[in-house]
This record gives sequence, C-alpha cells and structure tokens, in this order.
Amino acid sequence: MNRTRRLKLQAFRAVVFIVLGAFFLVPIAAMLEFSTRGREINERTLNAWGSIVRTPDLTDAITASLEIAAITCIAMLVLLLPTMVWVRLRFPGLNRVVEFICLLPLTVPAIALVVGMVPIYRWLSINLSSSILTLSFAYLILVLPYSYRSLDAGLAAIDLKTLSEAARSLGAGWFTVMWRVVVPNMSSALLNASLLVVALVLGEYTFANLLAYENLQVAIYYVSLVSAGTSIAVAVASLLFAFALLMILSFVGRPPSPIAKAEDADISVGQTVGLSGGLIGRSR
Amino acid sequence: MTAVRSAALTAAGRPIAGSRRLSFSWVGLVPFFAYVGLFLFLPTVIIIVGSLTTKEGALTASNFTEIAQGYVVKAFVASITISAASAVVGAVAGALLAYAVAAGNPRGILRRTVTSGSGVLAQFGGVTLAFAFVATIGTTGFVYLFLKDRGIDIYANGVWIYDLAGLTLIYTYFQIPLMLIVFLPAVDGIRPQWREATESLGGGSWHYWRYVAGPLLAPSFLGCTLLLFANAFSAYATAAALITGGGVIIPLVISNLLTSETGRAQPGLAKALAIGMIVVVLLVMSLYTLPQRRTTRWLR
Amino acid sequence: MTVAGRSGVEVRLEDLRRKYATTTALDGLSLTIAPGELVALLGPSGCGKTTALRLLAGLEEADSGRVIIGGEDVTGVPANRRNVGMVFQAYSLFPHMTAQQNLEFGLQLHKVGVDERRKRAKDMLELVGLSAHANKFAHQLSGGQQQRVALARALAIQPQVLLLDEPLSALDAKVRSRLRDEIRRVQLEVGITTLFVTHDQEEALAIADRVGVMQSGRLEQLGPPTEIYSRPATPFVAEFVGLTNRMRGTVRDGMVDVRGTRIPLVDSGVANGPATALVRPEAVTLADNSESGDGPLVGTVIAVAFLGAMSRVTVDLGDTTVLAQLATSAASLHPAGTKVRLELRPDPVLIQREEPTSTAS
Repeated sequence: MNRTRRLKLQAFRAVVFIVLGAFFLVPIAAMLEFSTRGREINERTLNAWGSIVRTPDLTDAITASLEIAAITCIAMLVLLLPTMVWVRLRFPGLNRVVEFICLLPLTVPAIALVVGMVPIYRWLSINLSSSILTLSFAYLILVLPYSYRSLDAGLAAIDLKTLSEAARSLGAGWFTVMWRVVVPNMSSALLNASLLVVALVLGEYTFANLLAYENLQVAIYYVSLVSAGTSIAVAVASLLFAFALLMILSFVGRPPSPIAKAEDADISVGQTVGLSGGLIGRSR
Repeated sequence: MTAVRSAALTAAGRPIAGSRRLSFSWVGLVPFFAYVGLFLFLPTVIIIVGSLTTKEGALTASNFTEIAQGYVVKAFVASITISAASAVVGAVAGALLAYAVAAGNPRGILRRTVTSGSGVLAQFGGVTLAFAFVATIGTTGFVYLFLKDRGIDIYANGVWIYDLAGLTLIYTYFQIPLMLIVFLPAVDGIRPQWREATESLGGGSWHYWRYVAGPLLAPSFLGCTLLLFANAFSAYATAAALITGGGVIIPLVISNLLTSETGRAQPGLAKALAIGMIVVVLLVMSLYTLPQRRTTRWLR
Repeated sequence: MTVAGRSGVEVRLEDLRRKYATTTALDGLSLTIAPGELVALLGPSGCGKTTALRLLAGLEEADSGRVIIGGEDVTGVPANRRNVGMVFQAYSLFPHMTAQQNLEFGLQLHKVGVDERRKRAKDMLELVGLSAHANKFAHQLSGGQQQRVALARALAIQPQVLLLDEPLSALDAKVRSRLRDEIRRVQLEVGITTLFVTHDQEEALAIADRVGVMQSGRLEQLGPPTEIYSRPATPFVAEFVGLTNRMRGTVRDGMVDVRGTRIPLVDSGVANGPATALVRPEAVTLADNSESGDGPLVGTVIAVAFLGAMSRVTVDLGDTTVLAQLATSAASLHPAGTKVRLELRPDPVLIQREEPTSTAS
C-alpha cells in the first residue's frame, strides 16, 4: 500500500474511533457525573451510591436477582449439559432437533413470549409458590440459546465418545462419567455459559416486570421514580459489574477448540457475548 | 476395543446402536423435553389458541381484525419506523467501525478492546440505558446543560428525547456494537490479495469497492441490517423505562394490554399482537440467514 | 496457440532500498532483466525477494532507488498504472466471479470492449488449458487450476512484465512440478519478461534463465542455474542451493588438501592455511573397502535414502559424516552397515576459512 493511501486510512480510522468513542463513552461519563451530584453546583458526593445499600427495596432486589441467577445457572447446567451429552452419545440423530429447540428462543421476542407465560405463572403462584425465585423457570428458557452455543463449543472440542467409552470400559457409571470426565474437560465452556447466564439474568426486565416481580432492573426503575441519583448510581454499578464479568469471559472463556486465528477467538466470544442478552429484547 | 466396548455396554444393560433401543435410554431425554414443552411450547400454544378464541372460548378471528384499530396500526408503523431507522444508522456506523477495526492489527489491543467493549455495550440495554441517556441529554442531563450554557438549546422545539426520535437515538447505542460483532467476520474475510490483484489489473479504489469489495460484502451487510431490525423491533425495556403511559410502539401496546383493565377485557388482542411480532421477527431472521450462507462460502 | 502479445521489455532495478521499522528488507538491490527473460529470485524467508517483487509491482514504495520498465522510470507510479501482471501465492481469484469473469475484469479495467473482452478471456483460458472451466468459481477449482486462472488473468491484460510471487508454494508436490513447467511454457510462448520469486531452489533452477540468490536484502549471486549450482560464489549460495558436505582441510598452493585428496579450488588465489571445503555429494563416490583397513576416507554406511533414480548415502567417518549421492544401482552395493572408502572427484570447490565455532555441517 502506498503512503498516501495509508495516511488516508489512518485518518479515517482516527475519525471513526474518536467520534464513536465519544458517542459511547459520554453517556457513561454522564451517568457517573449525575450520580455524584451534590446540592450545590460542582459539588461531588457519593451520597447516591451510599443510599444503594440504605434502600431495602434495592438490596432485596439485588439479593433476589443474584439468587435467581444462581438457580438458573445451576438448573441450566443440570438440565442442559447431561441432555446434550446424552443426545450426542445415544441419539445423534436428535442433535439437530435439540439445537433447533435451543435456538428457538432467539426468534421469539421476550415481550411476545411473556404473553403466553402470564397464565402459567398465575397457575404457578397459586399452586406452587409466588416467590420471585420462580422466575428461574422462565429465565432458563431465555438463556437456552447462549448456553447451548457455549456448551456445544466445549463439547465439540473434546472427543466425547472416546472419553466416555474409555471411562465406561474402566467401570465408571454415568454419573462418574459426567462428573469426573466430562465436566473437568469443559471447565472454560461451563464458566462461559455460567457467566452469560448471570449477565442475562441481572439485565432482564421484560419478564420480571410483566409477571409482576421486583427483580434488580424493575427495582432500579421504581427507585428512579423516587430518587434519580440513586437509580443511576446502581445502573452504573450494574454496568460495571457486567463489564467485569465479560472481561473475565474474554480471558477465560476461550473455547479450546482449534481456532485458526486469534481474531476468530475474539469474534466467537464476542458473538456469544454480544448475543447474550443482546438479541431480541431480553433486557431491552 | 470392540470386544471391550460391547462388554462394557452389555454390562450396563444397553445394546449397541442399530438394534432395538431399550426404553431406558429415552428416559434421559425426558427432563429436557418436558421442561421445554412446559415453558416454551405451552406458552406458544397458549398464545396461538388464545389469539383465535374469544373470552368465552369460541373460535374467532376477531382478535386479528382488532389489530386494524387506529392506535394499533399507529404503533406498528412506529415500531417499524424506529426499527428500520435505528437498523440503518446502526448498520452504517457499525460497518464503518468494523472496517476501521479490521484494518488494524488483528492481535492488537485496540481491536480486543473494541470487540470486548462491543460485547458489553450490545447487551447494555433496558432500564440502565434509558437512564444513561437521561443523564446525558435529559432536561437535567450533563450534555444538555453543557450545551445550554453555551447557547445551544437542543430542546428549543420540544423535548424529543422521550419521543420516537429519542428512542431511535438510544437504540443506536446497542445497534452499533451489535453490528460490529456480527459484521466484523465478513470484513475480516476480505483478503488483501483481492485489493492488490485489482490494482495490478489496473483498478483504483473506486473500481475495487464497486466491483470487488462491495459485491462481496453486500449480502452480509444486508443480512446484518435485517438482524438489527429484528433486534430493535423486539426491544421493550428501554422504551418502557423511558416512555410513561401510551403505547407508542407495539411492545408497549402489549404491556399495556397485559396490565390494564381494558386489556383484561380483551385477552385475545395481546396474544394476536404477540403472534404478529413473532411472525415479523421470524420472517426477518429467515431473510438474514439466506445471504449469510453465500457470504461464508466466499469469505472463508 | 500463440497470443499476439508484446515482445518483452527490459526491466531494471537500480539500488533499491527498503527498511521497515525494525528490519532492512532491501539493502541496495540492483538487477537487470533482459527482454523476454525469466529471472528467479531465490532465498529464505525474509531475504527480501518478495519485497523486491512488490516494489516492481508498485504495491509498495522504495525508500530509495529506481524501477525502470521498458526504459521508463516508474518509480513513483502507483500499481494500477504500471501495466504489470501479478500472480499471488494464493487466494487472489475474486470469489464472486467465474474464471471467465475474473479474466474479463482486468480487461474491463483496461477499457476493452465487451466482445473483445470475451474473446481475449477465452483465448487466455485456452492458453492455460482451462477452457472447459470458464464458468466455474474459485471454490469449484483445484489449487492448481486456480493458479492457472490467475496466470491467465495476469496475462490477459497484456502486461509488459509478469510477476509471480511464490505461485506454487501453496500447492501439492505433484501439482507443483507440473504447473511449474506449464508456467515456463506459457512464458516462453508469450515471450514476456518475467520475475519469479521462490524459496524452493529446485523450482528456480528448473525454469529460470538466470537465478538470483538473495540473503538479508542483498543479491549474493546472479547467473544461469548451472553456474549457481556448480560455481557458487559464496558459502551461503553453496549451502542454500543443493546439498553440501563441509570437510576440513588445508589450502596449499592453490588447491585444498582434504583428508588425503587434493582438490582444485574455484578461486585459486586463496591464501594457504586451514579451511573448510564445501564438497557436493555428487562429487563423492563409494569404493569397496574389502581389506585395505583404515584411512582418512574410510567409514561405515549408516543410512541409504532411496530417491528414485538416485540414492543418498550417509557415511560415518568417525569424526564427521559425509553425504554421497550416486546412482541407485551403485548405491545398492553398499547397504547400511558396510565399510566403504570414499573418493572425492576433483571438481573445483569453494572454501570457507576456519571459524573457531562452527565445524559441524
């Protein structure tokens, strides 16, 4: 490439990064600014941040959301992983079917799906429990596509058939195979899937709101009607938390499968991550 | 190996694949399918059945004809407009960003940061995003006040942040990163040899973009734009947090129907609207997968 | 079928220099390619051969020096106005165009009319033997076929110079040798001045009129293949092209004394003293060693590599190993484990002054 073209390209890149960088960083900076406003002009205070812990609604909601995240995560691992392993080993013809089902939630907007959920949750709250923790049932559906993708990548990287046959020929029962052969070899895929679940659950608003539960995002909304500063402070906090999670993801969550270029790894993680809660209005 | 294998399997009581499978194996699939059946298919069935029945339980198409009401049509138009606008803006800006990123060091820190950052921002939505924009250009927002102090009142003709225009702007905030993530692989697939071959054959930049890079990237670009459209169309939380009262877009109409008295009187309408949304998104998503297939072949 | 192309033009590279941030890619390269000649630039990766090619193509700019094509100084001219045809190592066919369309594209850029384009593209495809595949896309063609299309595309625009950047490196061995001869055939038929870059010495020696061996941005030797092979000018050339045995000896009166045999030197004016002689395996023959005990050239065969008509025999002389290359029929008389006596033919050799560090080959 000759010199003029290289210069033009660098100028273009600089402009793009500066303009878009500003566009994306300014709102975040504005949130920080807003949440630290004091009484007087130019007075900075961490009052709003402090009141997060002083607002019982918020702390309750944070705890509830974290509990839901944990339950959904465990449920996902217990339900999805054994099923995927089982299908791979015993019913390979059903692979496509399971994949299709798991990717279905991607094409159904949350706001549409929740319409059908309402009667079900009405029944649940009467006959089973009206606890907010029942949201896990619905969330498990929402995380299916992302978890499936992560676990699929992890399973593709290990030779499941050979490993399980070797273990079984040594006398291992199925539980042992899962627990001591499969799981240890998929640690990064499992971590990947789990972090995605947490990110999605913490960011979810649609289901919680319309099924009349007060999770983290709903609580943030209600707090905003009372105290704008506090709600923005907790919004920044949740954003930073999600950022930290996804940073961890990008370092740990690399699937061990043969990826030809380093940038492929970035993209595959990025795609999984970006699709996490990104598509079809989960948190939006 | 075979002898050991068959020994191991017969010891477990299951025959090798090919012959009759003992029903024992099927048990392993029950939890998953039961769960999915209950929480994915059942709601879908509820929606479908509910949209075709009246409150009393009789079969009817009236729920779908109700969609032709003024405020519903208006909401549909608004939904489509915002989705299309934010998709186009997001696609163009995201494509430019993808090009800028792809032109740099593939292992460099800039690229990693932008890709990871996009992963974060693409999922940054809903309530938190709405507040971020209120804090920025709301009536007490930092940027608004900053500009006002310098004589620029962006709300001189009305506060538009809580209107469709504001919503479109806010949507681009997650559309652009999403575009980066889904379009970057295509841009990466453009090999430098194609540019150099074009040059050695006598072509300049214009020829390159018009005849080589343009046609190669066009299918993927269109497909990704459709994906962005579906994304915006389905979004609910941001609008819910920003716009109070009034179903300006379809998701808000649905939520109003679910939580209001009038809604309870017309349970079928919400379901019909839900079906409408699903159909639109399904259609768009299938249009997205078509061009992707050709592109992956070219840009492997 | 002869194509009504141009007769070749002369190409001159004058003292080209190119530095990147940390390395010097070209350190004063000067080279003249005669009209219609095929010069091969040969060397290891990083020697600057590809840089030289790209400077000639106009895809990169030199820090200093000139590029002259057909008497015209094109040093500052961008690639798309230089009228050179380039064949890349791989992936250069436009994937969304058929073979025919790939060829027509270049002609379209050169403002050739529609009918003429079609005809010229068809003719070129016939020249490379791919008429039947005109409507196939790149992913439907094999690697060798893709490169032939790339060659046809480069030649279709009737350039003044043909540049090939390791066009065979990405192909299978069998395809490589066939395509290599094909390229030479086409080049001779069209009569175009050609620069061919490769790291494979067999390729370079097989098809070039002259070979330029490069190292670290400099031209070590430029000459016909036979000369490069049998009269290497520097130790690097001797080692890079063909195999070499390094044998210690002493220079005396214009010849070198290696383990009892006196061998003439390529450069007879060398001072006396200890040196390492670079002896080609073909210059080493094996004789039976039935009873004559030991000698400086007596050793044991430790390996025989069967290469078809020739075989390569590795002999352990105790303090060093020597490679001999001879006809398989002769080599089969000395299987592994037998004792043999080596004979060194008196072909002129190159010597290297003894360095205190390296004596192993």
